[in-house]
Amino acid sequence: MLYREALNRAIDETMAIDSNIVVLGEDIGRYGGSYRVTEGLFAKYGEKRLMDTPIAEMSIVGNAIGMAIGGLRPIAELMTVNFALLAFDQIINHMAKLHYMSAGKITLPMVVRFPQGVSKQLASQHSESYEQMLASVPGLIVLAVSDVNYAYHALKKAILMDDPVIVIEHELLYNKKGNVDFDRDIDPLKARIVKEGDDITIVSYLKMVDDVMEAVPQIEEKLGKQCEVIDLCALNPIDYQTLALSLKKTGRLVVVEEDHKKGGFGSQVISWAVEELFYTLDASPLRIAGEDVPIPYNRKLELASIPTPDKIVARIVTWGEQNGL
Amino acid sequence: MNKLLAEEIYYLMVLGRKFEFSAKEHYMKGDISGFLHLDIGQEALSVSAMKAFDRGDVFSGYRVHVMAIARGLSPKSVMAELFGKATGVSRGKGGSMHLYDPSHFFYGGDAIVGGHLPNAVGCAYARKYQGSEEGVMAIFGDGATNCGAFFESLNIASAQNLPLLFLCENNGYAIGTKITSVTPFLKQSKKAEPYMRTMEVDGMDAVAVYDALKEAQKSLHDGHGPIFVEAFTCRYEGHSMSDPGSYRTQLEMQICKSQDPIDRMKKVLIEQYQVDTASLETLEDRAERAVEEAVDFALASPEPDEAELYQNIFCQGCANVIS
Repeated sequence: MLYREALNRAIDETMAIDSNIVVLGEDIGRYGGSYRVTEGLFAKYGEKRLMDTPIAEMSIVGNAIGMAIGGLRPIAELMTVNFALLAFDQIINHMAKLHYMSAGKITLPMVVRFPQGVSKQLASQHSESYEQMLASVPGLIVLAVSDVNYAYHALKKAILMDDPVIVIEHELLYNKKGNVDFDRDIDPLKARIVKEGDDITIVSYLKMVDDVMEAVPQIEEKLGKQCEVIDLCALNPIDYQTLALSLKKTGRLVVVEEDHKKGGFGSQVISWAVEELFYTLDASPLRIAGEDVPIPYNRKLELASIPTPDKIVARIVTWGEQNGL
Repeated sequence: MNKLLAEEIYYLMVLGRKFEFSAKEHYMKGDISGFLHLDIGQEALSVSAMKAFDRGDVFSGYRVHVMAIARGLSPKSVMAELFGKATGVSRGKGGSMHLYDPSHFFYGGDAIVGGHLPNAVGCAYARKYQGSEEGVMAIFGDGATNCGAFFESLNIASAQNLPLLFLCENNGYAIGTKITSVTPFLKQSKKAEPYMRTMEVDGMDAVAVYDALKEAQKSLHDGHGPIFVEAFTCRYEGHSMSDPGSYRTQLEMQICKSQDPIDRMKKVLIEQYQVDTASLETLEDRAERAVEEAVDFALASPEPDEAELYQNIFCQGCANVIS
């Protein structure tokens, strides 16, 4: 099953059991979704439950909030996080805060989904990553979907949750293949151990998990050490428990992320590790992140602006050697 | 409107004004802090809108104390919220601008100008989807009609033929900026005309506001889609307590106050409904007492417990998942 098919199935199955679930966004109905995530649903559920919206992101999220207040369970799709910026007032000032400011009287069972990250030469207004802004907002559950099985289970859970959830997908993952274990439930807020290992904990999320996995065999060969790879999955709340268990075992932390390094999401993981587990660490933590530049169009420059498997190998091997590995 | 309703509207307007003067006094004393937007002068609009749009959902901006009370929230819980007390509508976490009560279908105080309009559109979509006859009313000031959220909302409400009543309180000023200095229209309904039926009403006349909104409500119920009502009104005080309102001339204020909505409603009660002075005084005394009780309640109420800080970030079900 493809990643986008897993997302589609999660929406389809929940829509089938709860008529309060509606989908809204640009091109999500008749057109089937810019990334084909809602393909086939319009024919099945009709225009009342799949609302094609104008290109007006503030309204897509703002309307979804009103729908949730009115008793529905909306799923809002935005074409990319770069356009979600137009909806940040609704996401941050309304979606994240109404439950708190109303002392719990208003609940917003809703999902806002969008992809982010570098695809291929789409230039800066279509290629950025802004999870660090969203994950820092109290009141939002933020999930980052890297894996097909997780995509299915996490989206399904997100739709059925009573809190507002941001589901971040990645432009390059929609056609990724994988298996879904339909029988085994997962906790969408729990980090996923992608690969076990004793010596280095590599924390990542979204597409960088795949890049890390591609890099790991060479890292292990060159350093002669074992890597444990953790896919964070939930960026808010963060599953520190799983991270702590791994760090107590390995004593070494690497974070790999696609967003800009300055103020990027990985800085939160590292500052937590330094504050809470300083004496467990055997080496200074390493952060591999995007450069602090707008993502450029030219392919060579574009690849230079974000981590790639080769760069991940080189950086971790150098760091490992400097730290006596 | 019948006599009972006319008396109730008068009572709520008097209560509203006394409530606001009391809030002002307690702001000066330091019992209330932050921003405080008083409704004095606009009571006809706030009260009659709630009484006319008696069913359905209401989304509003700030300056909502009187609306909230007219909607059925207790003056005690509203005053306690202004005082930041644990017994307040939002347990002290919202304050003056954030008074919500879903049990009264009141999604009041939004402090982002125009920010609640897309939410009202979404709620109207939900009501239509559910086959509910009741529509939604979105209340906003003239200042909000210049922001993107307003135009997006007109467009979607119209495209989807939603049961949504746009009620514009045009008091002529966006904080201290005269509306005509930032928009080419004196009447903001001009902006809605391409999308939907528009109506105008004297917002200082409680009976006229009531009748206009009843007509608009009927239009929603009859499935004619969104409708825009512009009410011309006047706020006597500054935008908030931190605004002395010095940008308006004395003459302008004099003209405003000669239209006083409470005086006009009193006249209606006496002339049209033959209410005698003693009955009016009884209503006024009752309003006075309600405000006194609200203040006593707020003063006697406890501060929120410190544990309240981490309550309601996520709802109960999810908090369990997280811990």
